Amino acid sequence: MNELDRLERFLRTDPRDVGCDEAMAVLHVYVDLVAAGQDAAGRYPGVAVHLAACGPCGEDFTGLLAAVTGG
Amino acid sequence: MSAPAPGGSLSGVERARLTAKDLDAESGSWLRRLGAGGGERQAAERELHARLVRIALSEVRRRSASTPVAGQELDDVAHQAAHDAMLAILAKLGDFRGESRFTTWAYRFVILEVSAKLGRHYWRNPPAVLDAGQWERLPDRFGIDPARHAESAGILAEVRRVVDEELTAHQRRVFMAIVVDEIPLDALAVRLGLQRNAIYKVIFDARRKIRRALVANGYLDEPGRERR
Repeated sequence: MNELDRLERFLRTDPRDVGCDEAMAVLHVYVDLVAAGQDAAGRYPGVAVHLAACGPCGEDFTGLLAAVTGG
Repeated sequence: MSAPAPGGSLSGVERARLTAKDLDAESGSWLRRLGAGGGERQAAERELHARLVRIALSEVRRRSASTPVAGQELDDVAHQAAHDAMLAILAKLGDFRGESRFTTWAYRFVILEVSAKLGRHYWRNPPAVLDAGQWERLPDRFGIDPARHAESAGILAEVRRVVDEELTAHQRRVFMAIVVDEIPLDALAVRLGLQRNAIYKVIFDARRKIRRALVANGYLDEPGRERR
């Protein structure tokens, strides 16, 4: 792996990214889909992109998923 | 992310009409009990609050490695988060649309409260930063092996040039705080009196601007591979 891959990935942006507000508005819906094993990212690609790119929203996703799955 | 708001849409989000048949049995039971009077409602509120406290405590512990908040203060954050989430849930009960299980909808409030409170509490005892704004730390931020710092010097110098010369003062301030000084995004939002999304948008635009310059000046190929 290239030494600068992390830098490149950090700088890469995706126009589908919905941003924090919209992602958090449907976080519960998204998490329920994930918990049920459904294709949440396919249904909400802009949310999936955002959760992968935004550390704080990604943390909220992980925390909520753990809360509903008991993980 | 296109100005003024991030790109994409939530067109797939249904605004379901909430009827009893749309809800799973547990969600329906929660709504019925919380909408009841007297002891039944009080019992439901106690049960929900106990769950929120348990989740908040678990969540602050899960995040303990990434926050300077510790010990009793961390537990206090959890209890405050559970309390405030409970108030918000009861106030917004009518907003529940049945798009998820009730408990998932409710737990979201406490998770977001934990995030917000940890951002605020960060500034009570922030980690000592003796060398704020030191660009020399940038390679470490991206996990670049010290043995290869020399190879990455060119592209990192170009990143610095773009930050210094092409970002706006606000973008530069936010970029330095988040990327170089590693201040948590939620904590910076508190310090600047902005919402998380506003900070994210600044960083998003800065990332795009820096990457565009790196591509234009031959440091990155368009698909994202380093060229030199």
